[in-house]
Amino acid sequence: MPNYQASVLVNLRPSVLDPAGEATRSAANRLGVDGIKQLRIGKVVSLQLDAPDELEARRKVELLADRLLANPVIEDWTLDLKCLS
Amino acid sequence: MTIGVVVFPGSNCDRDVRWATEGCLGLPTKFLWHETRDLSGLDAVVLPGGFSYGDYLRCGAIARFAPVLESLVDFVDKGGKVLGICNGFQVLTELGLLPGALTRNRDLHFICKNVTLEVVSKRTVWLGKCGVGDELILPIAHGEGCYQCSQDTLSRLEEEDSIAFRYIDNPNGSISNIAGITNKKGNVLGLMPHPERACDSLIGGIDGRKILQTLIN
Repeated sequence: MPNYQASVLVNLRPSVLDPAGEATRSAANRLGVDGIKQLRIGKVVSLQLDAPDELEARRKVELLADRLLANPVIEDWTLDLKCLS
Repeated sequence: MTIGVVVFPGSNCDRDVRWATEGCLGLPTKFLWHETRDLSGLDAVVLPGGFSYGDYLRCGAIARFAPVLESLVDFVDKGGKVLGICNGFQVLTELGLLPGALTRNRDLHFICKNVTLEVVSKRTVWLGKCGVGDELILPIAHGEGCYQCSQDTLSRLEEEDSIAFRYIDNPNGSISNIAGITNKKGNVLGLMPHPERACDSLIGGIDGRKILQTLIN
């Protein structure tokens, strides 16, 4: 069965306060890097899985992202999927 | 007439809750290991504070899949009372029994102190021993207690009179100063402050009794 590599990028929704991102942005200013208009912190979940085809691999990871990896009340996610073999 | 206190790996207020309900209030209480599905004979279930499953991924995100919580959804449907305190409140939102989500405190600090709450609603059984506008002093101890929800959800909470408590002096950036909410039916209450830590005058206050006493009518 083909093996897939998935990366799910989870980010806070734009409307949700991200105090850690704000704190990091102010540290970036202190480092002397100016011009940063916005800095938001998310997380990446990497996984490998077996599936008969790309459609099924995508379906599985989308279910996972919707139900476990992200909380739709406060987070959005995007998926990057590659076939490894 | 018994109260069940759920024990997840990483719960750390489970014993405090039992000490408060049984030791201070004389209400029969037992622990429920997270793998049990048996909630028979219980009048109320408490999800205590702590760091269930290490709070990995998001606070309450892994706990949501515990066997005991599958039974809890039925328990709530049948009218059983459920109280989620701190991490327990986070679990209830992840489980979808309460709307919204708890996120990192506005100023990033873990805050551990007494706060003053205003009782906002008398609609539910939980606040039967309080009057609207009453002030309660309860301790908070959390890093992720900033309640967030959409404007639509906030309007619905207000229309349904489901906001139970507001902070007088908002410590964490919660929307509309919200410290605790109930579901529409009124049998589920989630709040960030810890009533179980305010049940003995020797340790600074007994306002928590007013909430915990309502676990058993």
